[in-house]
Amino acid sequence: MIKHPLCKYTAFVALILIIPFVLKGSYLINVMVFVGINTMLAIALNLLLGYAGQISLGHAAFFGLGAYLSGVLTATHGMNPWLVMVAAAVGVGLLAFVIGFPILRLKGHYLAMATLGFGIIVYIVFNETVDITGGPSGLSGIPNLKLGPVAFDSDLKNYYLVWIVTLLVVLLAVNLADSRIGRSLRAIHDSEVAARVMGVNARLLKVQIFALSAVISSLAGSLYAHTMAFVAPASFGFNFSVELLTMVVIGGLGSIYGSFLGALLLTLLPEFLRFLHDYDIVFYGLLLMVMIMFMPGGLVRGIPALLRRMMTGRKKGETVDA
Amino acid sequence: MEQILQYSLSGIATGAIYALIGIGFSIIYNATGIINFAQGEFVMLGGILTFFFLDILQFPLWGAIILAVTGATLCGLLFERLAIRPLAKATPINLVIVTIGGSILIRGLAMLIWGKDTHSVPSFSGDNPIAIGSATLLPQHLWIMGITLAVICLNKYFFYHTINGKAMRACAYNPRAAGLVGIDVKRMVLLSFVISSAMGSLAGIIIAPLTMTAYDVGVMLGLKGFCAAIIGGMSTGMSVVVGGLLLGVLESLGAGLISSGYKDAIAFIILLLILFIRPQGLFGKAETERV
Repeated sequence: MIKHPLCKYTAFVALILIIPFVLKGSYLINVMVFVGINTMLAIALNLLLGYAGQISLGHAAFFGLGAYLSGVLTATHGMNPWLVMVAAAVGVGLLAFVIGFPILRLKGHYLAMATLGFGIIVYIVFNETVDITGGPSGLSGIPNLKLGPVAFDSDLKNYYLVWIVTLLVVLLAVNLADSRIGRSLRAIHDSEVAARVMGVNARLLKVQIFALSAVISSLAGSLYAHTMAFVAPASFGFNFSVELLTMVVIGGLGSIYGSFLGALLLTLLPEFLRFLHDYDIVFYGLLLMVMIMFMPGGLVRGIPALLRRMMTGRKKGETVDA
Repeated sequence: MEQILQYSLSGIATGAIYALIGIGFSIIYNATGIINFAQGEFVMLGGILTFFFLDILQFPLWGAIILAVTGATLCGLLFERLAIRPLAKATPINLVIVTIGGSILIRGLAMLIWGKDTHSVPSFSGDNPIAIGSATLLPQHLWIMGITLAVICLNKYFFYHTINGKAMRACAYNPRAAGLVGIDVKRMVLLSFVISSAMGSLAGIIIAPLTMTAYDVGVMLGLKGFCAAIIGGMSTGMSVVVGGLLLGVLESLGAGLISSGYKDAIAFIILLLILFIRPQGLFGKAETERV
């Protein structure tokens, strides 16, 4: 098996590079753009939830803030999209840093409720500030990104754009998870008091990882706004926060590649459930419950376990035959 | 001044609803440690089943209400047996996801069965407003306050004066010790789901004449109930009721005096402020962690 982190990462990059050739000309390449964006978001949430053990039910808000800042400042005020993207990420990161101190003092369901509340407040602001955001009907006319002579105006170009950023985020997250900071975060996860006794500045570190998570989400939001050319509040509500949480848990808590698997499954699923029409929501809820019941460790741990069981099962069959 | 009285009165009525839903959250939380995100769906089921029995099957109102509570309670019972009990050893986050999955499933089924339309349910005793000083009150408001009060008294009686209620409190305090003295903890968990789905559906029924009902009304009502429970420190007693009333009145005043578009935002801002000042809820005791 590929165990070394560098081998894993190279294999992952290779997979991402092969996908456009496999999906050539298919609309699925467009879906894969969103898989990239959702992967970033799932990793952002996973750093917070899977590593530091701090739940957030309001991460869609950071995603939405990034998207709306990019959308409004480029479409309405004609500012440079790249500059805006960076400025938005910094701004959202600062906001997260400031609100992080009071919010992350909370624990368990109180933390869940506070982040949820924050998410809903931001969502309502998107809806109500009609003059700026266009309200519930959304904001259109967001320009595509341009880099010199290259305009990112096709699905394939957007695929490369989004996935380059995503791969960088993956690299960052994998390195972070395996560093002193990553170990400190896991210590906080297991016992905050014990971590503090060992000299980890838990309070600050939690807020820092919360802010980093918000920065990644904001970047994903900016990319989303420019690739979609349109944003509406419905994409950033409570439901999406829950969907992100589901991606992280179904993929596997505390696994960066697991977040990719979770994002892949939950983004592709609606595409394959089209034939179910209105029944898809029922199926979605059912799948969520069944997944947790039978793969509580997420895909990243559940699939190898399943394969192992199948292999040992086959061996038993062989001995019977013999 | 007149307006403030008016907003406060209608705030008390919605606050009572939040309190009922919040107590449902607390009962399940105390018995199992689970935050049941499907709680709002039982509220929705209460309203929409009443509509179904009343309008489509032509039952009388009281019959429809009894059947709706029974139906929603059966759903709660099934939910516990099929989704929660098999997962007894799951991590808290997985349990939260399962309840979210359950809420999506129930909401989806309701959408398939009753469609996406909003349905109205008639008031229990007419719509002639009653004047109280300079403000007016609908008879339905009185029904809401009366029924909530009755349910809370019943609740108090159940938890403090019946053997099952005392057993449930023992489970909340320490499930292992409760099991050791012969209490059937699994049955108590099931009972907690039955009680809270019944209470949730009743809340959905009594508010339906004021707000109409549809397959998706459970989400916001559920979250507000959760707010009330958090403000009240996740207890099953008066503090959640006070939390619900506080939330209802402040939200109603904010919506009336500041902006109705921000009504839901105001509720959550109040919640955040309370949590920032008192991280353990307004009435909760600070917990110390043992290492």
